[in-house]
Amino acid sequence: MTVSYAVKSLSQGFRELIAFRIGDQEFCVNVMSVREIRGWTQATPMPHAPSYVMGVINLRGAVLPIVDMSARLGMKEAEPTARHVIIVAQVKSKTVGLLVEAVSDILTITDDTIQPVPEISSDLEKQYARGILAIDKRMICLIELEALFPEKAHDKESEAA
Amino acid sequence: MDMNEIKEIFFQECEEQLAELESGLLKLNDGDRDPETVNAVFRAVHSIKGGAGAFGLEELVAFAHVFETTLDCVRSNKLEPNQDVLKVMLKSADVLADLVTCSRDGGSVEESRTRTLVKELEALANGEAPPAAEAPKAAKPAAAAAPAPKPTDDSGFQPIPFTFDDFGGEEETEEQFTYDVTFKPARELYAKGNEAALLLRDLSRLGEMSIACNMDQLPALESMDPEASYFGWKISITTPKSEDEVRAVFEFAEWDCELEIKPAEASEAEELPMIPVPFDLSALDDEPAEVVETQPEAVAAATAETAANVTKAVHAAVEKKESAAAAAAAAQNNAAAAASSAGQTIRVDLDRVDRLINLVGELVINQAMLSQSVVENDTNGTSSINMGLEELQQLTREIQDSVMAIRAQPVKPVFQRMSRIVREVADMVGKQIRLVTEGENTEVDKTVIDKIAEPLTHMIRNAVDHGIESPEKRVAAGKDPEGTIKLSAKHRSGRILIELQDDGGGINRERVKQKAIDNDLISPDANLSDEEIDNLIFAPGFSTADKISDISGRGVGMDVVKRSIQALGGRISISSRPGLGSTFTMSLPLTLAVLDGMVVTVAGQTLVVPLTAIVETLQPEASSIHSFGANQRLISIRNSFCPLVDVGRILNFRANQANPVEGVALLVESEGGGQRALMVDAIQGQRQVVIKSLEANYTHVPGIAAATILGDGRVALILDVDAVVGASRGQSLKPEMSLAAAG
Repeated sequence: MTVSYAVKSLSQGFRELIAFRIGDQEFCVNVMSVREIRGWTQATPMPHAPSYVMGVINLRGAVLPIVDMSARLGMKEAEPTARHVIIVAQVKSKTVGLLVEAVSDILTITDDTIQPVPEISSDLEKQYARGILAIDKRMICLIELEALFPEKAHDKESEAA
Repeated sequence: MDMNEIKEIFFQECEEQLAELESGLLKLNDGDRDPETVNAVFRAVHSIKGGAGAFGLEELVAFAHVFETTLDCVRSNKLEPNQDVLKVMLKSADVLADLVTCSRDGGSVEESRTRTLVKELEALANGEAPPAAEAPKAAKPAAAAAPAPKPTDDSGFQPIPFTFDDFGGEEETEEQFTYDVTFKPARELYAKGNEAALLLRDLSRLGEMSIACNMDQLPALESMDPEASYFGWKISITTPKSEDEVRAVFEFAEWDCELEIKPAEASEAEELPMIPVPFDLSALDDEPAEVVETQPEAVAAATAETAANVTKAVHAAVEKKESAAAAAAAAQNNAAAAASSAGQTIRVDLDRVDRLINLVGELVINQAMLSQSVVENDTNGTSSINMGLEELQQLTREIQDSVMAIRAQPVKPVFQRMSRIVREVADMVGKQIRLVTEGENTEVDKTVIDKIAEPLTHMIRNAVDHGIESPEKRVAAGKDPEGTIKLSAKHRSGRILIELQDDGGGINRERVKQKAIDNDLISPDANLSDEEIDNLIFAPGFSTADKISDISGRGVGMDVVKRSIQALGGRISISSRPGLGSTFTMSLPLTLAVLDGMVVTVAGQTLVVPLTAIVETLQPEASSIHSFGANQRLISIRNSFCPLVDVGRILNFRANQANPVEGVALLVESEGGGQRALMVDAIQGQRQVVIKSLEANYTHVPGIAAATILGDGRVALILDVDAVVGASRGQSLKPEMSLAAAG
């Protein structure tokens, strides 16, 4: 494994990513946008919410929407269990909880290890995928959260539903 | 405390002074001729000038000085504060406010604005001021020797510090005048750190003077209040200076003493028991010793020097002991009395209050959680725990109320800002408009005040620009050429109601409707009620497509106004009568932090319904439920029929309507929406809940006003009753789209 848990200098070209698992696929996001990782708690459903919004939970006094990453990425809706994990992430000015199956790794990579996304991708994948990492025969897709939750479109989708 | 902090405080104080200034001027404008009002106005400008001088804000000082000079003419009755004068003054107040803002945030005020006003102010001060007949001798040098507020160049007036020596050589000042000065300090003078002896010393430097001390108010030693002020002085001074310059000695003490300065001929020797004393100037030339101790004995000792000085002055009259005590008392005022007068208000950083409010919110939630778990785990009702909990609950509530009260503020400052906008816009479009405000002392949470200003500004602009007709049109319609806009605030059932009323032409419904049709907001054959047409102006996109002036009615971005009011948890409605004007009514929550709610269950979910919306709750019986049409149901309440709204259905929590008989009906009244019976499954109880924003991390959800956190730590949604009622007329909750869908 080229995974490094040691604090590496992130000065030049290095970036740290948090990898998580949904079904048999792996994804990763920039560690800088991750605030904390916590266990699943029952969310309060929101009326008129898009199917991928599972509801809201109380995060130390703040109301935090929980997004089912599986559904958001176009896969089947998750059936959360106590073993599911919520990644609390900062997306622009908002804090969002991302429901994933498990957090698998913390990766430290250089920019040149990121391969471009192949041409075959559909619109949805094109929208969020920023690259592909090949690590030990694993394929990890780098996601840009801002593209998944653009503030305007996010509003629109939830209102339209 | 560093310089920046002090400066920040100065600017904060400026805000207050500016508010004071504006409200005073408006009072004068309404015909108030109370000298205290004039004084308050003068004082405000004076304080700003003083502070600005200390920070070297030249531009501000220069303008404030000219302004002050003109105000002084009003104060001394040389200038009648008529409408024209006040117009200039109100504009000057606006410029002064802009100058303050510029000094704080950088930037600059258009020079032409300042220059024009300086000229107008000077014209008022010089031209229209009749020479004071009662003081003929003083008038001449006043005009000649005063640091004339004539602008030497276009940069305006250059402030000249009062260095009297500069005038020594001038010919006109050779003439000597004699003034009688009566000076009696109030206790505040000492409390603010002024020292009568220093003022007298400064006065003595102006010329020859003789002084007498008035001690008839001096009580017996045992009844003496050590912090009071008992002495007054009568001074006769012969000086080449003008009366104004003599007055200038008391510039910073003026408000805290009785002061009379008049030319000698005009005054009569008063029948006070005056004791002429030789005035020993050398004694006063020494600075009085600083008072450090506050213990009366210690003060007496420490101020021995001060005491001695005064003692010399009053030596012939009083026992040494008494005068020492009095002087000690006066000196002690400096230290002690200042505290008592300043103890009334305290300036707090808003962030700190916010943090406190957040903490209290958490405390409330925690307390609720604790109560709940005690109830759940309670085996045999240990009364001491229950009692403790009850007390805790009471205390929490009290703390919460007190903390909320910290943030409560009158709407006055916002209303005052509006008067400026009315003035400016009215000037711009050439209309005569009077703003009448009512209930400006109504208190509401600071955040509400802050957020209401912008939509209100927008609406006021609209009212001036489109609501009120031009003077010619008004006269043609048989109205007063001067339009009136009324802005009022009042409390109503736990909310604040802000009303904006104009006596303009009202909404031109034909044109509004035509415009809505043109913009595809409604279909051409739509049959809308007057009310619905009026409300079209709130529709998004109604006005953006066309130029403002094209619409005779309203509608400049009113959708934005509506949205910002809704974001505050408020409602806005309009009623208009053609030819008579329009009224906008805003209903806003008093605070954005807590709410009294009814906790209910709907389709397995816990919801909170704001208590203010609920008129009554009832258990429907099968006989009172009536089907109406395809899928409407009405409930009969005391012989009237009220539509039933299934909350679970409308929020999409369930697909089918619940059986009303199994649930509870909440009879609600919404603004402009009439009564509705909201069906919920069960009522859990009433509770005060802390409002948490949904928008912060999520988005606005139609039908949901906000969220809160329940005792078990879970999030519950707060129902937006008005939106639900509104939605019950259409098919589903669609934000902002209900009007468009109606057509």
